[in-house]
Amino acid sequence: MNEFLIAIHRDLKSKDAKPSPEQMQEAIKPFQDWIGSIAAQNKLVAPPKRWDLGGRVVTSATVTDGPYAEIKESIGGLVLIRAESYDDAVEIAKGCPVLKWGATVEVRMALTAG
Amino acid sequence: MDNHVLIPHLFRTEYRKLVSVLCRLFGISHIEVAEDIVSDTFLTATETWSLDGVPANPTAWLYTVAKNKTRNQLKRHLLFEQKLAPAVTYETDATDILEIDFSEKHIADSQLAMLFTVCDPAVSTASQIALALNLLCGFGIQEIADAFLTNKEVIYKRINRAKEKLKAAAIKIEQPSLSAIDARLEVVLTTIYLLFSEGYYSTSHHTVLRQEFCAEAMRLCDQLIANRRTATPAVHALMALMCFHASRFDARTGDHGEIILYRDQDDTRWDRALIERGQHYLNTASTGIQVSRYHLEAGIAYWHTQRADTTEKWENILTLYNHLLTIAYSPIAALNRTFALAKVRGKAAAIAEAEKLQLTGNLFYYSLLGNLYTGIDNRQALAYYRAALKAVGTDADREIIQRHITALSSDIQDS
Repeated sequence: MNEFLIAIHRDLKSKDAKPSPEQMQEAIKPFQDWIGSIAAQNKLVAPPKRWDLGGRVVTSATVTDGPYAEIKESIGGLVLIRAESYDDAVEIAKGCPVLKWGATVEVRMALTAG
Repeated sequence: MDNHVLIPHLFRTEYRKLVSVLCRLFGISHIEVAEDIVSDTFLTATETWSLDGVPANPTAWLYTVAKNKTRNQLKRHLLFEQKLAPAVTYETDATDILEIDFSEKHIADSQLAMLFTVCDPAVSTASQIALALNLLCGFGIQEIADAFLTNKEVIYKRINRAKEKLKAAAIKIEQPSLSAIDARLEVVLTTIYLLFSEGYYSTSHHTVLRQEFCAEAMRLCDQLIANRRTATPAVHALMALMCFHASRFDARTGDHGEIILYRDQDDTRWDRALIERGQHYLNTASTGIQVSRYHLEAGIAYWHTQRADTTEKWENILTLYNHLLTIAYSPIAALNRTFALAKVRGKAAAIAEAEKLQLTGNLFYYSLLGNLYTGIDNRQALAYYRAALKAVGTDADREIIQRHITALSSDIQDS
């Protein structure tokens, strides 16, 4: 088993951002079901946390208020999972309900030392 | 009460108190001395009471005799040490200043201290439970062996191993400090819950004994609630959970000892007083920000005390299982979550989820799939129940699965 980071990116800055706050509200139950499904397969590495959506952005010269959005999307959620392979992890990521409303999900495998 | 009833009764209620106080006095390395004195006290009671009749206050009598026996023991011990080490001089008779305190408060403190001692992480879980039953609850080795469906030697070994571990680690029997409570309360709760489950789910036919195990687990939890420092929200949540479960104890068994499944239970046999107690504890538990697995499990158990199969009920159960699994995965919780999912989102969605669980070889995994496929694909359902039959461990489970197989087989033939 490998560990994977599932990063959910979504537009936090635009006025008519997708998913909208209303859509996110609607996504709460499906989101809980999705996390519950990963956990039921014993593939959740740690309980997901809710992260402040603003945050701070740090460069060598400045610290500015986040979110970091040189691109349109920022990180909206982070989930650590266990999976056999990228294929397996991607299959789990496809279940993320926020995808339906225009979020992008990034999957990254943790590298082992050596 | 005559002697034959009174002495076993007192043994059950007083043995653990006397042992706890004396263990705390002597320290863990002399645990057998404490047990010997207490056993000897009960032996003296049996002999004296059958000749002279039962004293007016049997408990006080036991405490006095135990005190005297302890003093004698200490004197003998002192004499022995003085002979061995003549250089040591005792200015006063040490037994005079020695306070042997059987006050209610001291007994409660000692029992709490013993609970934290027995639940020391140095001791394996199986041994902890055996030792807890023996030392903290006053069950005999034979009774414990009966409940675990094993023989006396196995339990005897477990208890001795636990005592050796505690001695080797030189565990102090003391009132747990706040930091010890922080660090160890979780282990204590796990032991109490396992003790309860042993009574609740044991396949032993000793119904009375099993019920007593559950009652003892609740009593130990009560000791934690009675102490301000250990009465945390998680402790209240565990108590709520045990109340809700225990409320169905009688309704789960039929006249001939057969298991009655939840959906077939006569809910007039559910113990309403226990359900109300559970609600009270759950309310008390709902303070602070920490959500323990016991909060979530108590929440699930609460919804099971609501008979009506409403969407609200199963939505709540599903949400609680989703949350529970993120902090404490277990195959049984994963299976129960999938069952709740079927109630809320339908069997087809649940089948897709169930097949991801990959709990090959697990009886309840096959039973769940058998249940979910019933009415959707009966041949598939039958195949899963047949797989379940191969994984079965007890006659009671075999009978339940056989019932499903018979029903499905006749359905398939009819179609």
